[in-house]
Parts: sequence; structure tokens; C-alpha cells
Amino acid sequence: MEDNASREPYYVNRGKYRGILSWLMSTDHKRIGIQYLIALLTFFWIGVLLGLLIRLSLIMPGKILSQGTYNQVFSVHGIIMIFLFIIPGIPVAFGNFFLPIMIGARDVAFPRLNRFAWWLYLTGAALVALSLFVSGGAPDTGWTFYAPYSIRTQANITMAVSGVFVLGFSSILTGLNFVTTIHRLRAPGMTWFRLPMFVWTVYATGWVQMLATPVLAITLVFIILGRVFGVGFFDPSKGGDPILYEHLFWTYSHPAVYIMVLPAMGVISEVIPVFARKTIFGYKAVAFSAVGIASVGYFVWGHHMFTSGMSDTARIIFSFITFLVAVPSGIKIFNWVATLYKGSIVLDSPLIFALSFIFLFSIGGLTGLIIGALAPNLHLHGTYFIVGHFHYVMFGGAGFAILAALHYWFPKMTGKMYNERPAKIGWLILFVGFNLLYFSMFVLGYEGMPRRYFDYPPEYYTGHLISTIGSWILATGLIIIFTNLIRSAFKGQEAPMNPWGGRGLEWTIPSPPPEENFEEIPVIDKAPYRMDG
Amino acid sequence: MGDSEIHKDRMAAKYGIWFFLFTEILFFGGMFLLYSIFRYRNAGAFHIAAAQEDLLLGSINTAVLLTSSFFIASAISAVKRGNNRLAILLQGLTVLLGAVFLVIKYFEWMEKIVRGIYPNSPVLLKLSSGEVLFFGLYYVMTGIHGLHVFIGITVISFMIYFTATGNITRKDYAKLENTGLYWHFVDIVWIYLFPLFYLIT
Repeated sequence: MEDNASREPYYVNRGKYRGILSWLMSTDHKRIGIQYLIALLTFFWIGVLLGLLIRLSLIMPGKILSQGTYNQVFSVHGIIMIFLFIIPGIPVAFGNFFLPIMIGARDVAFPRLNRFAWWLYLTGAALVALSLFVSGGAPDTGWTFYAPYSIRTQANITMAVSGVFVLGFSSILTGLNFVTTIHRLRAPGMTWFRLPMFVWTVYATGWVQMLATPVLAITLVFIILGRVFGVGFFDPSKGGDPILYEHLFWTYSHPAVYIMVLPAMGVISEVIPVFARKTIFGYKAVAFSAVGIASVGYFVWGHHMFTSGMSDTARIIFSFITFLVAVPSGIKIFNWVATLYKGSIVLDSPLIFALSFIFLFSIGGLTGLIIGALAPNLHLHGTYFIVGHFHYVMFGGAGFAILAALHYWFPKMTGKMYNERPAKIGWLILFVGFNLLYFSMFVLGYEGMPRRYFDYPPEYYTGHLISTIGSWILATGLIIIFTNLIRSAFKGQEAPMNPWGGRGLEWTIPSPPPEENFEEIPVIDKAPYRMDG
Repeated sequence: MGDSEIHKDRMAAKYGIWFFLFTEILFFGGMFLLYSIFRYRNAGAFHIAAAQEDLLLGSINTAVLLTSSFFIASAISAVKRGNNRLAILLQGLTVLLGAVFLVIKYFEWMEKIVRGIYPNSPVLLKLSSGEVLFFGLYYVMTGIHGLHVFIGITVISFMIYFTATGNITRKDYAKLENTGLYWHFVDIVWIYLFPLFYLIT
């Protein structure tokens, strides 16, 4: 067929559909990835705005939001950020775009299933969005939908939960697709130990998606059945048990933490060798630690429930396994630092975001050990310490990794370069704001400020004020970063094929990649990250 | 896309369906987990409540579903030998038996509902909480299983169409094979549901 036309960039309008349909109907993994990315970032910004509203309300309780509205705002902030942004996050956007390219494939194993998963994501998102406006009002249960309140509240839980159910189905299909792709579509010579680290983490994540998400799905079905038909599995008056809900919910939702953070670690493992100009230190250790985190992470859910009522034996075991998870995470951190050691470090923005990931994620991880230990947990459970901890892990970890990935792969995805200066200035402001915003939460929580409270005694005011000022600084940084990226996507200079000197397959094809990625499927004959030739 | 060769990887399809069945096991696993916990706590009440199930209808349904699994497996063998006509007949029988299963299930449910036993009903709420849980689990688990039977019937109907139009052939029958696996899975779930609800008296 016409050979020149087939090498056009993937986003040039082709196929039998025109306009928006050429995107929605596309089975090209790159087009699907870009659509996911746009949707994710849109929801991210909605979540950010809600977060700013929460912080604003907290320095003047009652003046901006009423108590009920406050509950709805923090619930919707959580639901959007977790189920619509950070859980799908890196796999659906960057995984879709880069996974097939990095293993030398033309697409994922099931391209039409991939498109179906994207439609399911849109459907789920629409249901969640609709639940905010139809009768009953927005969810006010927190993102955890704890029973029995979630069964009894007047708010429109049924629709929001159905939305999350559909999103979960989408997530399962994506995980299934990626795992099959990695098994079946690796290019000749791309052995398991020549896989880029990002592929390893997406692989481990895919397994967690398949193994954990169905448990959430059935739990959400129980919530819906409880509300619609009055089936009382979590209702003590009908013989049910609300603690069972917590068990089932966290059986999914703790592994979900690794769905969010594992691919983020993969991104960091991609960025660091390239900007340190060194091969990654301890390849196998980093790869196996991803699998280790994924498997051990399945057995720690109980640490969310230390104060909910559990036998001491169970609590000690859960606490012990929680400490075990820290080991593979530590292995990763040490290997990244060892990769940087004696490297020729180029301090471009992807690396700066990656380094902040290491710093912030370490704080998040270490505070996780504090609350993973039984005695401090009793004191800190349900306080702002927890809020600070998971924002350090989720935003400081996964969020910063998304920013690192955006800057690292931006030239490949758009074919344009962004301006380095605003990216760095934006990072600096974001970093300062982030620590003001969330570190003060550790202090507030240690002093006893409970999470999700609408009002508080005056002694907590200073902490809340610092935190809120931090949220404004953080937002300023984000605005600079995203303005720079959006402007560059349209007006940036043309990007070369390999702007950073990376050694992965994605840097051997044009920026942006053509349809079907490779003219000929490459043959791989060496380990990844070899900087010597 | 060059000479646009159609790339079909039967092994990938196998991976896909097995992974999917894996997630289905975990989905049902949540229900079985709840069943075991509630039964452990209310063993006596579960025994009393299970006496209300119609053992005869349950046994007939077990036989119906097992036979349907045999038919779909035979349909795959028929396609492998190139006998698409026979395969269509066997798939048709599978769909028929699936429908029979659902009809019997409907009568079982209706018989209870007429007596006022359904979730949140005044009659049910007067019973002990163990019995309330038993019937809650009964409706939820057989209901979600029935939904899977219904989805299976729909998918097999499409497979009949594909077999008739020559989309499924002796060389390329991965679709039908994977549908068969799904149908066997639905069957196996029933094999567990049957003793848990009918045979524990």
C-alpha cells in the first residue's frame, strides 16, 4: 500500500471515521492513550479545584461551605482523584501509549478490547459525574463508601457506586490486556530480563488489577443491592456485619495503592538511568521488587482497620506484613540512588520530578511505617497524619511520577519540545507549596486533629492556615507547569527522535510515532539502559 | 499498514479468557466468602432455612446445566471436524437448556416470593437473622449466577450466528472454544451453589 502515507504521525486523521469519531472509534493504542491522558488530566484539575475548596473552607469553617456540602466536597474530591485519576492513571495513559512500543509491538494484544475499556471508562466517569446532579445529591460518605452509612444516606450513592463498578470493569480489562500483551507480543530477542523496567511494573500492576478489582466489584454490588433491595449483608439489624464491608473494601483498596504506585516507580526507573547516563543499578532486584510489592501488598489490608475491631493476633500479623512491604520499596529507593551514584547527571525537568518523587515518596513511606506500627496507629488513626501520609504517597509519589512521565515522554507523544525554564520554575513552586500543604498535616494529625472534620478548636488554626496557604502556592506551580505544556504542545519546537539520549525502543522511532509504530519489528540483542553503545 | 495481514493469536485469546475467568472466580469468591462467614456464625438457622428449598427442582436444574455443558463441548468437537451443521444444532441445544434452567429458576423464585420470602419483606424480617441472611445470599448468589447464564445464552447465540456464516471454522474456532470455557465456568459455579443452598439441611 502507499508507504509514505502509512508513516504519518499517529494523530493525523485517518481511517473511515472523521473528527472526534476518528479518536473514539480508534483502536490505535496511542490514540487511546492520548484520550485517556486528556480525560485524566481534566478530572485531575476538577479534583484540584475541589481540594482547594476544602482547604479554603477549613480556614473559615461555615463561611464558604455548609457542613453537608463540605462532606460532599471532600467525598467527591476523593472519588474523582482516586477512581477517575490516579488508579487508571499511569497504565491507561502512558502504559497504553508506550507499553507496545517499549516491547517492540505494533499494538496491544486485544486492540478492540482496549477501545471497549476506554468506552467503559467514559461510561463510568459519566455515571459518577451524573450522581452529583441528580436527585439525592452528591455522595457524602467519603471515597470509601463505608457501610452502614453508605446504605442509609439519602445521597445518590447507587449511581456513584455503579460508576465505580464500571470503572473497575474497565480497569480489569486493561490489566488483562496488558498482561497478555507482555506475554505474547514481545519482539524477537526481548527476553523477560531485557524488558524495560516500566514494562515490569505495568506487568505487576496488571496482575494486581485482575486479582484485586473483582473483590471491589462484588463489594460495590452488595452496596447497591443493600440500597435498592434491602439486602442486609452489612446491616446488623438484618444479621449482617459492617466490619465485613471494611474487610472486603480494603482487600481491594490496599492493593489498589500499588496499582497507583507501581507504574509510578516504573516511570522513575525509566527516567533515572537516562539522566544519570548510567545503566540501572540492580536490574533484577528492581524488577523482582515490583513483583514482590504486588504480591505482599495483597496481604496488608488489615492495617486500615486496626481500630475497627480485630483480634490482637490478626493485628500483629497485619502490622508485620506491612513492615515487610517496606523492604521491596526500600530496595527500589536504594537502587535508584545507586544508579545516580557517579553518573553524569543531567538535571533536566524529568529528572527533577523523579528526584522529588524519591524524596516525597520516602517521607510518605516512612510515615507509613509509623502508622503501620500498632501503638502509634491507635493515636494517629483517623487524624490528619493519615491524610498527610497518603497525599505524600499518592501525590508526592504517583502524582509527581505522572509529572515526570509527562515531561519525559512529552516530546515523543506530541512531537514538540517544551520550555525547560518554566517547567523548572513551576516545579520549584509546586514543591514548596506541596510540603507546606501536606507536611503541616503531619503536625496537625500528631496534635490530634481528626480527618474529615468540618470545624476544629482554635489551637489548630495556625496549622490549617499554613496548609491552606501551601495549597495556593501548589496550585500556582501546577498552573505554570500545565500552561507551559499546553502552550508547547501547540507552539513548541519540533522534537528530535531522541531528545534525551534514551536507549529504549520508543526513542528509535520518529516523534511522534507513526501508526503501527515500527516499519519492521526490531530484533533485540542486548539488555536495556546500556549507555555504552 | 503494509499488506495489512490479519494477525490472529489463538494463544493470546486463551490467555485472555483464562485471565477473565480468574477475575470471575474472585468476583464470585467475594460471595462465597460472605456465605462461609455467615454460615459459620448461623449454622443452625442455615440448616432450617435450606429446608425450604425445592430439592427436586434444584436437582433437575443441576442435570440441565451439566447436560448443556456437554452439548457445548460436543459443538466444539463438531466444529473441529468441520461439521458446522451439527455444531449449530448442539449450540442450539445448549441455548435451549440454558433457557430451561432460567425458567425453572424463575418458578423457584416466584414460589418463594408468593409466600412473601424476598429481601426486606415483612415475612422474612420476622424470621431469625440467620434465615434472613440465608435467603439474602440465596437471591444474590443465584441471581448473579442467573445473570451469568443469561449472558452465556446471549454469547452462544452470537456463536451460532458466527458458525452459520462461516466466521467460525475448523481452522479458527478460538471464539467458540473460549465461549465454551465461559459456559463451563458458569456450570461449575452452580455445582458449588447447589450443595450450599439445597443439600445442607
